[in-house]
Amino acid sequence: MRNRWQIVAGGLVVGLALTACAASDRDPEGGADDGATSAGRDTFIFAASADPASLDPAFASDGESFRVARQIFEGLVGVEPGTADPAPLLAESWEVSDDGLEYTFALKEDVTFHDGTPFDAEAVCFNFERWNNFTGVLQSESLSYYWQKVNGGFASSDVETLDGTGKYESCEAVDASTAVVNLQSPLPELISALSLPSFSMQSPTALEEYDADGVTGDGEAPVLPEYATGHPTGTGPFTFESWSPGEEVVLSAYDEYWGEQGQVRRIVFPIISDATARRQALQAGDIDGYDLVGPADVVALEEAGFQIVNRDPFNVLYLGMNQANPDLAEPKVRQAIAHAINKEALVAQTLPEGTEVATNFVPPAVAGWNADVETYDYDPDRARTLLAEAGKSDLTIDFNYPTNVSRPYMPTPEQVFTAIEADLEAVGITVNPVPDPWNPEYLDKIQGGTEHGLHLLGWTGDYNDTYNFIGVFFGGASNEWGFDNPELFAAINDARYVADVDEQTAAYEEANAAILEFLPGVPLAHPVPSLAFKDDVQGYPASPVQDEVYNVITLGD
Amino acid sequence: MTRLILRRLALLVPTLLGLSVLLFLWVRALPGGPATALLGERATPEAVSRINELYGFDRPLVEQYVTWLGQLVQGNFGVSTRTGRPVLDEFLARFPATIELSLVALLVAVGVGVPLGYLAARRQGKLIDHAAVVTSLLGVTIPVFFLAFLLKWLFAVQLDWFPSSGRQDPAMVATHPTGFYVLDGILTREWDAAWDAFVHLVLPALALGTIPLAIIARITRASVIDVQHADYVRTARAKGLSATHVRSRVILHNAMLPVATTIGLQVGLLLSGAVLTETVFAFPGVGKFLADAVFNLDYAVLQGFILLIAVVYALVNLMVDVSYGLIDPRMRTR
Repeated sequence: MRNRWQIVAGGLVVGLALTACAASDRDPEGGADDGATSAGRDTFIFAASADPASLDPAFASDGESFRVARQIFEGLVGVEPGTADPAPLLAESWEVSDDGLEYTFALKEDVTFHDGTPFDAEAVCFNFERWNNFTGVLQSESLSYYWQKVNGGFASSDVETLDGTGKYESCEAVDASTAVVNLQSPLPELISALSLPSFSMQSPTALEEYDADGVTGDGEAPVLPEYATGHPTGTGPFTFESWSPGEEVVLSAYDEYWGEQGQVRRIVFPIISDATARRQALQAGDIDGYDLVGPADVVALEEAGFQIVNRDPFNVLYLGMNQANPDLAEPKVRQAIAHAINKEALVAQTLPEGTEVATNFVPPAVAGWNADVETYDYDPDRARTLLAEAGKSDLTIDFNYPTNVSRPYMPTPEQVFTAIEADLEAVGITVNPVPDPWNPEYLDKIQGGTEHGLHLLGWTGDYNDTYNFIGVFFGGASNEWGFDNPELFAAINDARYVADVDEQTAAYEEANAAILEFLPGVPLAHPVPSLAFKDDVQGYPASPVQDEVYNVITLGD
Repeated sequence: MTRLILRRLALLVPTLLGLSVLLFLWVRALPGGPATALLGERATPEAVSRINELYGFDRPLVEQYVTWLGQLVQGNFGVSTRTGRPVLDEFLARFPATIELSLVALLVAVGVGVPLGYLAARRQGKLIDHAAVVTSLLGVTIPVFFLAFLLKWLFAVQLDWFPSSGRQDPAMVATHPTGFYVLDGILTREWDAAWDAFVHLVLPALALGTIPLAIIARITRASVIDVQHADYVRTARAKGLSATHVRSRVILHNAMLPVATTIGLQVGLLLSGAVLTETVFAFPGVGKFLADAVFNLDYAVLQGFILLIAVVYALVNLMVDVSYGLIDPRMRTR
């Protein structure tokens, strides 16, 4: 028979053993670097904020999918390191015919996919044909968003408006290392766009073996095929190892890689959705780095000895002025608002260090950025005069801004709002604040309806192309801006398809000048996105378009 | 006993049916739609309506409900709009993590709570009693998420005794035949992996186990105090049974009956507390996925997971009642 002390002691042992002995392991060694990463320093651990949507990059358009895809896959075109400019990758060079319809790619030789399939012109054509022949559910924007956006459509579509609107015509494998892509009409942004992970070269063998296009489900909802959940096969420096949804994605080095393999033999992307949790995981030494560091955390992390790496900004934050609101339809009111805002102070007070003040709706790195646009310098007196001229000296205006959200182009919307509100009130405009949670209320209100006044929004570019910015904003009439200006729309849409690069650049410069003349909104800033790393992570290839492949990283001991 | 089980199982059907209606209406009443969540900030209205059509969100409510129920009966809980994979698969993939965490939390709660409550009752009015009362009061008043943040900030970020997130060290290579990581490590004799998984459980389990610990300690204390003054205890003493026998057999045995029920009820609390704890510790279980589903407006996951958790909760309660019946013979005749 047991006595009570045995029972009590038993219970305490069970309870306390958990804490006491667990603590004793990590405690004596101390130090942030043991435990998590001592097991051979060839594993790079980078916190992801979410699971990839799909491991098949042709079905992805989100940053987390692209981050993984960039390690596994390569496209015909890459980017110059640290810039957004296209550069050779699996295609060593290319020629575009004068009419802009025929693209001849000279392919890199002796490259194999991870399953041993040779990379050649046949494989290139297989991929182009695959994208162009997506049918049914595969044509939904949640899957093949970028092919649809860039190419304009598919070989055939069950949505009438999309049928036969695609620019792609055919692909020929002239010989093993020469592929020719023919278009129906010019698409000058094609080369830039091919640097997107969505247009990665994938192994034809694996695509067929694992039924990559076999999206199942009874029409109620698409279920991704085996390929997209467990067998992505590319030519990149890392091969897919495992994906435990909600937990981590693991990649390992591809020994037959054609290029430099580097020190990193294994990449783990633990999925940590909460921003604070990512910062703490770095501070606790559990991870090597993470993306989307909040501006408020940058200083604290730097002081604690962590590295902050900034990407060149490839985005724009703007103040939208909805012209469905009669007051904002008045050009002088819009000009007054533009003159009232002290952009330098706004950037200094509310945005990360290194942020540039914006004058165009495209960042300076993009072709077509125009130094000579109307800039509406900070001039409160001018603003007051313009308001008086417009007969709106006692103007009251709704100002919509999102709460509880941090976007790369807008880390702290509330602060930006507060700064602009003060500027506007200083020239006699009464601001009526309308805060809304980001998703879905805010976006619905701004993009889905007409009931908004001033608003904050922005955009991060996908690839180096002007249309990818201004076309998204002003390619046609929309609820967001509430105006119909066919001339402006036409100028932008015509510029998109000008085959000659120089002519196209000039056309885009003109379009940018026209936009700032018309002033549908005020471009505010190009904020710098920050990443944070342990101090021994060297050579992280920060890229404005996030073309960051980890085989160039070195890790300390 | 069999009849008790059958009756309880039969009662489960209308309960779940009622819950399914409530869940369905609640999820539909949430603001906004899943299409924008899925498509992002530049979705065209056409794309939104296509997604709504694809997932059936544009059909009449009754039709949507009946369709959903029909699929449920066939074990089809729908597909997550975020991951594009079946809800049931997502649930089953994460369930071992939550069970493992809940079990350790329960072990902490019972292992500390029962002895603490018992000691407090036996030493009523003494120091240990006051300490136990204060501890249990603190335990039930501190919100789970706050405790989780506190534990993490102190023991992971500042002191670095424990990892701050996840189920295992990302650099660890381990196989997982069962999905219970500690058990997996033991089964495969990968002792490092077992230990690593265990270390990852400590902080979340402490955070999760504290409230049940406090409640169990309180109930145990009250119950033991109650029982030790009962007539049958006096009778037992009068019959000359040894003090040890009276304490361990008569008092403890009888005092444990309400404690057993309480422990059963705590399992439900653990599952709901797991939503917060798992989120704070980025612990990839059912709770974290459910929290993510709220932010992503993943209707199918919200509905399916809550329903599945309800089933688990009901089954656990049934098991508790059955074991209660085994302890207390009076239950069996009812």
